[in-house]
Amino acid sequence: MSESINTQQKLPGENKNYKPYSRKNHSPKVATILSVIFAGLGQIYNKRYVKGMTLIILEIAFIVTCGDFINLGLWGITTLGTIAGMDHSIFLLVYGLISIILIVFISIFYILNILDARKQAKMIAKGWQPPRMMDSFKAGYDKSFVYLLTIPGLILLVFSVVLPLLFAISLAFTNYDLYNSPPKNLLDWVGFDNFVNLLTVPLWKNTFFSVFSWTIIWTLVATTFQIALGLFLAMLANDSRLKFKKTIRTILILPWAVPGFVSILIFAAMFNNEFGTINRDIIIPLFGGEGIPWLTDPFYTRILLIMIQTWLGYPFVFALFSGVLQSISSDWYEAADIDGASRWQKFSNITFPHVLFATAPLLIIQYTTNFNNFNIIYLFNEGGPAVRGQNAGGTDILISWVYKLTFETNNYSMAAAISLIIGLVVCTFAIFQFRRTNSFKEEGKI
Amino acid sequence: MNKKTQSKIELTGIYIIFGIMSVIIIYPLVWAFGMSLNAGTSIYSSTIIPENWSLVHYKWLFTDPNSDYLNWYKNSMVVSTMTALFSVVMTSLVAYAFSRYQFVGRKTGLYTFLILQMFPAMMAMVALYILLNLVGLLDSLTGLILIYVGGQIPFNAWLVKGYLDTIPRELDESARIDGAGHMTVFIKIILPLAKPILTVVALFNFMTPLFDFLLPSIVLQSSENYTIALGLYNFINDQFANNFTRFAAGAMLIAIPVSILYLFLQRFLISGLTTGGTKG
Repeated sequence: MSESINTQQKLPGENKNYKPYSRKNHSPKVATILSVIFAGLGQIYNKRYVKGMTLIILEIAFIVTCGDFINLGLWGITTLGTIAGMDHSIFLLVYGLISIILIVFISIFYILNILDARKQAKMIAKGWQPPRMMDSFKAGYDKSFVYLLTIPGLILLVFSVVLPLLFAISLAFTNYDLYNSPPKNLLDWVGFDNFVNLLTVPLWKNTFFSVFSWTIIWTLVATTFQIALGLFLAMLANDSRLKFKKTIRTILILPWAVPGFVSILIFAAMFNNEFGTINRDIIIPLFGGEGIPWLTDPFYTRILLIMIQTWLGYPFVFALFSGVLQSISSDWYEAADIDGASRWQKFSNITFPHVLFATAPLLIIQYTTNFNNFNIIYLFNEGGPAVRGQNAGGTDILISWVYKLTFETNNYSMAAAISLIIGLVVCTFAIFQFRRTNSFKEEGKI
Repeated sequence: MNKKTQSKIELTGIYIIFGIMSVIIIYPLVWAFGMSLNAGTSIYSSTIIPENWSLVHYKWLFTDPNSDYLNWYKNSMVVSTMTALFSVVMTSLVAYAFSRYQFVGRKTGLYTFLILQMFPAMMAMVALYILLNLVGLLDSLTGLILIYVGGQIPFNAWLVKGYLDTIPRELDESARIDGAGHMTVFIKIILPLAKPILTVVALFNFMTPLFDFLLPSIVLQSSENYTIALGLYNFINDQFANNFTRFAAGAMLIAIPVSILYLFLQRFLISGLTTGGTKG
């Protein structure tokens, strides 16, 4: 069988230098084993000399340049250094993570290579002839084009997002804080100690629960307010009897157009207890007294924060809803009118579902963004005012607490532990919500 | 009461609501503007309509040798433009790959993007600081840009991919029948059609670094490298320079052009978001 194929026909593009040999005995198993031992050997067994040599050289180069580094990295990440003062635990941790990432990449490459050698060996045994070099370059370009597109982005992503994330997660399991920091001291792996402390030591426990509960209340209330206000105003502005629509829309969008941090700082100045214009020019003239302790009483500060976030956040929702409302065809409403539906019924059965369907993912993102809305909390009053019995301020949310732990008290390991908890909460919530909403299900054929 | 009167009352009610909203919206902004025209430095001695208004703060920002304001403006512009540029390039390539090709790791990649979007940047702050230090990119705009571009990939790739999915494959296929290679299809067919969403991506990635405060505060150390947000914050946060009026002046200079830009382009941004994410 194979003899008739290889001697008689000269197909176009056929490799004239290829000397046929008894291919019935060509074993994929041998090719696989050879490739496992050393990349490139399998290709040489397949008589793909150039490819094989290239791979051999690549593997040698890799071992020579990265071998030492990986060795150091793996040792470093398991022990975090053994000699205080000489070994820098943090650098070792980072080197270790980079080594692990390199190993993952190389393993993928290695496995793909083995599979490739095996596949080609199988095809050769069936009588296939490997193409000439030029053709195989072209085919290679074709198949790997996708990877050429994504690899740069992938590398950037790994080093600017994945690596820092892994590092932060690892920190949560060490004992890195102000009193125990490299290079003078060594770090140790402490397992889940930080998390246990968070839930049992009174100072941490109180702070954690109060900050956590405020964060949740804040997220739910502020986001719902801003969405509700946005929807309400969008409905009003969409009224067909209204004039000056464009002007009204422009004014309503203003809070979004003005840079957030500018507005927040302006508000902070406006509501200043003694000098702020609200107390000075409005409250005292109208109600007398000393004005309201906006910034020194946690209760008022919290209310203020929610109001300000509503101010800042509703325009985006408003614009979103306005766009969607205009796309609902009036046929629905006319049909409802014929059936004698009340205004509330029209809203809850036509408008609301439509709007929700079109904007659900973006609304969910509003909640998750507010959960971590560092800017407003920190810029307004630095998470204060200070509260007894806990080491966070009265309006701190989880993420601003983490910031303070990191940059003010340098308690990196606790900060990392709490960040991990934040990440898990946001992740679970978002995945859960995504899976439930219709929009995502319809897009299911990713 | 009859329908017409009821309707009139409702309409008046609506206008009143809008009136109240306008006051709530405009008052803080006008107040800040008034502040910036006050010659003094503290809020206490300043009023919303100053007795003797002056542009002394604005002048200070531009001419005083201690003021790095122009530097900050320049830095912010550089960071924003570069981020926008590189994001568009990187995101379009990645989104094209995910939208048009089936390959090993595609589904994993998409879910990874989704998950990575959820983790707060704060988690990685310490790590970024240390990493940039290792590579020597701390206190540099390059380091900042790299982090911005890398960090926006999950969200924007997802967005653009959704949009590219709506471009019919027949266009690709007919181009290939005519002999177009991968890059040709990408450049000549996909890119022109994806202009709307890429504009959105460029705008987003221009705006976000402009007002981001957290990341620059960690990466940038020396005053002349600050971006606008950081510099302005230090105006009122510094212990020795509690200078709200100067802050107001600086804030106005950046807020006004940006607001106008935003108002112009908001329709673009919103429609871009909804097209990419929905089947509405």
